[in-house]
Amino acid sequence: MTDLKTPKDTERIVITGVGLAAPGAATLAAFRANLLAGKSGVGTIDLRYMGVHPAGLCSFDETRYRKKRENKRGTRAGCIGVYCAGEALTDAGIDFSFYDPARTGIYVGLTEHGTVETENEVYNIGQYGYNVDYWTHHHNPRTVLNNPAGEITMTFGITGPHYSIGAACAAGNAALIQGVQMLLLGEVDLALCGGLSESVGSFGIFASFRSQGALAEHDDPTRASRPFDLGRNGIVIAEGGCIFTLERLDQALARNAKIYGEIGGYAINSDARDFVLPYGPRQRECMELALKRAGMQPQDISIINTHATGTKQGDIEECHAIRETFSGCNRTWVNNSKSHIGHAMGAAGVLELAGNLPAFSDNLVHPTINLDELDPACDLPGLVHTTAREVPKVDAILNNSFGMLGINSVLIVKRFLA
Amino acid sequence: MNREEIREVLLEIIADIDEEADFTALDADKPLRDQLELDSMDFLDIVMELRKRYKLQVPEDEYPELATLNSCVNYLEPKLRDL
Repeated sequence: MTDLKTPKDTERIVITGVGLAAPGAATLAAFRANLLAGKSGVGTIDLRYMGVHPAGLCSFDETRYRKKRENKRGTRAGCIGVYCAGEALTDAGIDFSFYDPARTGIYVGLTEHGTVETENEVYNIGQYGYNVDYWTHHHNPRTVLNNPAGEITMTFGITGPHYSIGAACAAGNAALIQGVQMLLLGEVDLALCGGLSESVGSFGIFASFRSQGALAEHDDPTRASRPFDLGRNGIVIAEGGCIFTLERLDQALARNAKIYGEIGGYAINSDARDFVLPYGPRQRECMELALKRAGMQPQDISIINTHATGTKQGDIEECHAIRETFSGCNRTWVNNSKSHIGHAMGAAGVLELAGNLPAFSDNLVHPTINLDELDPACDLPGLVHTTAREVPKVDAILNNSFGMLGINSVLIVKRFLA
Repeated sequence: MNREEIREVLLEIIADIDEEADFTALDADKPLRDQLELDSMDFLDIVMELRKRYKLQVPEDEYPELATLNSCVNYLEPKLRDL
């Protein structure tokens, strides 16, 4: 991506298919409709040791692409991944007559993996006096880190590379970036990439956020995820997934693919400071690097989809970073999708990007919801809240995703112009 | 448990692994794995389920005894007779 001003079609990467499972929606159309209507997909989960908590749970056709026995053998992340990959391929119209399965790569972003399966097995052997003879032989294939990506290969007969990208809650963006890079390197011709989350199955993840004082609580679960609101009190954990098909433009055009948008630029950097606390200045550097690589100025961005998770400090840090980078940009709008679906961890970045892609054609910025009393520290000029906003034109979306251990990722997708 | 009860338990365990398993044409003297698309991990599921239900430990060198439905029943009958 050295000469982005006049890249050849072989150096331009486009998004041609979207498959997703989000709390409250199992298609992009349904997800978009919920986002525009300000409808929350958050419900509750009753979890071992934890009791009832707000959580984002997904409902989708789990046996559309593989049998129930395979879902039973595999993991929830694998089940979500297979559905999303199948939906993305279907949406993109890819049946492997054009592309070679051996030249197809699968890159899956995960915040964590194996936590749910390990907790379940420890509980299981607890029923048998902690006798490890009762520990399942499925444990290792379920918990190896490539598990969800590998389950996708088996279902669709994809024989190219597959692996997972561990990047905390920046993982979805990071996997998309990995797919872009592998296409540009010529390692693959088709990249299935995105992120998955099965974190709602882990009591430990809920308990750890609660111990940290960062687990959202609210009598009405649909009101629990409230980034930028003064009353925000933490994260709503969600499961979900989103897989995109990425192709080089020349090949996408050759097969008359529908094009959702073009990758403009991206950046990943590290705070190098703290295990959990986010750091606005480095987030700003990350956004500025992505803009530079995209050959764009801040005012070229139409929508900033924030990472904000509903924690006190996290939301403020990101708002500081955005305010500084985008000061004076009066045609840049800001929104947040976690207010609708909670925090889908490894799937968050890509689900949130997907939910905003239709803006290129409907010119609507979906709102941030659950904003009753705006925190003055989060009062960004272009913040769209409560109801969707129609804008003259959407040319570029900047998607922020940040994660623990200080990993920041920014991805810019621009309107496709032939 | 008598032979018929053991047979029913085995089919129930297999059905739990694969609810689409079709037993109508099952030949009780031919290997289960050839007829029901069971692989080695499924086979270990059967061993694990017997362990969980009956505290029955099947040593690895005796796995071949579980090859067919009839050989399973023959092998399990003396072990489960008193249950």
